[in-house]
Amino acid sequence: MVDFELSPEIMAQREQLHMLAEHAMRPIAREYDEREHEKPWDFINMMWQLSKASDIGPGKEGKQDGKKKAVDSNRNLRTVIAVEELSWGDAGLYLSIPGPGLGGAAVQAVGTPEQKERFLSRFKGDKPVWSAMAITEPGAGSDSAAIQTTAVRDGDHWVLNGTKIFCTSGLMAGDPKNSNGFIVVWATVDRAAGRAGIKSFIVDAGTPGMTVAKCEDKLGIRASDTATLIFEDCRIPLDNILGSPEVPKTSEGFKGVMATFDATRPIVAASALGVGRAALDFVREELKKQGVEIRYGVAPSKLTAIERDFMDMETQLQAARLLTWRAAWMMDNGQKNNLEASMAKAKAGLVVTQVTQKAVEMLGPLGYSRQLLVEKWMRDAKINDIFEGTQQINMMIIARRILGYTSKELS
Amino acid sequence: MINFELDDEQKLIRETVIAFARDEIRPHAREADEKGSVPAALLQRGWDLGLVQNMIPEEYGGFGTEHSALTGAVIAEELAYGDLAIATHLLAPRLLTVPLLEFGSTELKSRLLPAFCGESFEPGSAAVVEPRFDFDPAAPATTLRREGDDYVVSGAKCYVPLGAQAKHLLVLAGLTNGDGAVHPQAIVVARDTPGLRVGEREKNMGLKALETTTLDLDACRVPRDQVLAVGDQAAMRRLANLWRVGVSAMAVGVARAAYDYAREYAKERRAFGQAIGQKQAIAFMLAEMAMEVDAMRLLVWEAAWKLDRHEDATREAYLARRYTSDVTLRIADNALQVLGGHGYIRDHMVELFLRNARGFATLEGLAIA
Ligand SMILES: Cc1cc2nc3c(=O)[nH]c(=O)nc-3n(C[C@H](O)[C@H](O)[C@H](O)COP(=O)(O)OP(=O)(O)OC[C@H]3O[C@@H](n4cnc5c(N)ncnc54)[C@H](O)[C@@H]3O)c2cc1C
Ligand SMILES: Cc1cc2nc3c(=O)[nH]c(=O)nc-3n(C[C@H](O)[C@H](O)[C@H](O)COP(=O)(O)OP(=O)(O)OC[C@H]3O[C@@H](n4cnc5c(N)ncnc54)[C@H](O)[C@@H]3O)c2cc1C
Repeated sequence: MVDFELSPEIMAQREQLHMLAEHAMRPIAREYDEREHEKPWDFINMMWQLSKASDIGPGKEGKQDGKKKAVDSNRNLRTVIAVEELSWGDAGLYLSIPGPGLGGAAVQAVGTPEQKERFLSRFKGDKPVWSAMAITEPGAGSDSAAIQTTAVRDGDHWVLNGTKIFCTSGLMAGDPKNSNGFIVVWATVDRAAGRAGIKSFIVDAGTPGMTVAKCEDKLGIRASDTATLIFEDCRIPLDNILGSPEVPKTSEGFKGVMATFDATRPIVAASALGVGRAALDFVREELKKQGVEIRYGVAPSKLTAIERDFMDMETQLQAARLLTWRAAWMMDNGQKNNLEASMAKAKAGLVVTQVTQKAVEMLGPLGYSRQLLVEKWMRDAKINDIFEGTQQINMMIIARRILGYTSKELS
Repeated sequence: MINFELDDEQKLIRETVIAFARDEIRPHAREADEKGSVPAALLQRGWDLGLVQNMIPEEYGGFGTEHSALTGAVIAEELAYGDLAIATHLLAPRLLTVPLLEFGSTELKSRLLPAFCGESFEPGSAAVVEPRFDFDPAAPATTLRREGDDYVVSGAKCYVPLGAQAKHLLVLAGLTNGDGAVHPQAIVVARDTPGLRVGEREKNMGLKALETTTLDLDACRVPRDQVLAVGDQAAMRRLANLWRVGVSAMAVGVARAAYDYAREYAKERRAFGQAIGQKQAIAFMLAEMAMEVDAMRLLVWEAAWKLDRHEDATREAYLARRYTSDVTLRIADNALQVLGGHGYIRDHMVELFLRNARGFATLEGLAIA
């Protein structure tokens, strides 16, 4: 039966995270925006302790290793609600929280039991650990099948060569000074095989041959590092490949790798929602201070321009939120959600950029000022329309699905 | 607990209505639009589905299923997917029966509801919209006055579906209180009430198969028990929200009809050596339609779900109504665009969808529950 009410357990978690977002993230949000490339260690350590002590925090997967989803049948929903709340606090700080993240998600999705034990158990230790996912290269972003980084088998090792850019938390996961983390790296074992030749490999922090070359200066989400990683004859053990080393005749394997996006796109959508809601809440409060109430139910001819704008923002965000919840709920219920995950991401990514830009406009001098956070939310928001598949790439995935086209037929 | 799945009974109803819309409504949609009427045989088959009788208690001759705004939304979407005008005609009796069920006295219900449980289609209607650009359903210009034991209604209405056929109509009027404030009130008015005059059939841009009329009420005297939930503002809010949800659900149906039509066309039509669906300019429009149809439905369902829990759903229903009006119009327009010049020709359905979609954005009070 259709139901839009969150379970008491999820509501309690949301409540808790909201307190955290308000009291531990908002007060330092501006500081780590201005002090790009410095890490909020107090916050990081606190989050690490917290995520170990309780079950809150996104991507908590350690507990049900090896067990089926019955153990936690609403993990994806719980995660998107949590991520919205944390991103309401601050999107950059949220992205800097240690934990399994995208790399861990890949290990969780396709790793062998041995790999899960070897890599995921690190997230139970005393010191914060990060993992990261390195797909993007200078010459290949959206077209991830065109990556050039190679993996060549040499005896008991794979040897990686190539350059990865824009790797979120690459510095924290890849530099052993920061954590005992790892990076999941996409590379081709056979360029001639195209997408079928693409595999993912786990590279431990500090592996000789892997260098964290630089961190980008960005428009927003500055508390999160975005690293360039260079691989020069980087040797990793043979069993650090995720999935089979065979190059299949079809591109099924590639589809398998892409399937992790079905889980992660709703999470990015949720982060977008958090930023959007931060802006919307702020606008509502400011209007209230000026004595402007939003009158629901009023005849259209009587609405003010401010009311129209506000209602549009609110409805767009709620539409994106419901699409996001649905995508997560489907995954929790074992349903394929490839289409719905892209809908959530495409909608939320676009909506949050529009909502935050409108908020800056509506608030005038308050919106544009760095004394407040509105302009920052607008800068933070934009990334959600870019990573985990740009707006256009997600629209293309939707289009292929509804029209029944392959990636050759529509690209 | 969050759940996006209909229950088994709703799924069953939906299947039935989907089949009816596909096999019976859609094949008649074009002709009904051209001729300006819905075929009687089709109305009868629609009546036989029991969509009106369903929720009327057994004591009045109905099937006694509990009224659910969510189930109503599912039905409205699917019927409107077939055709908006025919759907509105089929559901028009509910404009009267639903408010009666929710707010009518036992005496009034037992007097009026049995007529809606008979063998053949029984028209019903509501007169909500007024002929003025700034019509406000929360403060109608049609007045309601207390006079002795009775009430007196005066004013002008338009877009009254089946205005000339319905034996009883629900009229929205404003009751002026002692404090001078106007409160909306729903009144059941019999068509043969002295002072009530049904006007000419209106000529509209869309919804052409649906008979709509104007209505003049010149000091129509109605007994007290025909004024529903007197003074109960929460009840009137609920009624307005039921209407909003119903209309919004129909908008989703029209949007989906346009989207499906355009998508299938785009797979077949070739230009520059490819199906036009393989051009991003077309493919992305279709992707947006698919995404927005789902988004709209979820907004409508959320509002309906709240109504079924008997919570105040003003915000949700109002926002869903605004959103679905805008987005459905855009989707219908884009759908026509996908067909190019052919979309402009009445051999195809998309121009009809566009004309109908325009109605949602315009007719704030077009009321269906
Ligand atoms: C802060 C940040 C963090 C990131 N984190 C990570 C990470 O952790 N790991 C990782 O691997 N990557 C990461 N990325 C990279 C991100 O995923 C890519 O930037 C993104 O996929 C787009 O690739 P690109 O930048 O090369 O743009 P391009 O692929 O060059 O695209 C440029 C424009 O062309 C459009 N376009 C491309 N192809 C098509 C097409 N077929 N049809 C229509 N339009 C098209 C795009 O939508 C875009 O608008 C991150 C990026 C940023 C900025
Ligand atoms: C009332 C009316 C009067 C007309 N009068 C005349 C006249 O006097 N003389 C005359 O010769 N013609 C006339 N036309 C025809 C008109 O010029 C064509 O309808 C128009 O050029 C579009 O072609 P089409 O209808 O075949 O659409 P299609 O070419 O099939 O296009 C369908 C859709 O695909 C899109 N599309 C097509 N190719 C691409 C592409 N490569 N990339 C992205 N999108 C694409 C189009 O924009 C459109 O949205 C008339 C049409 C109408 C409706």
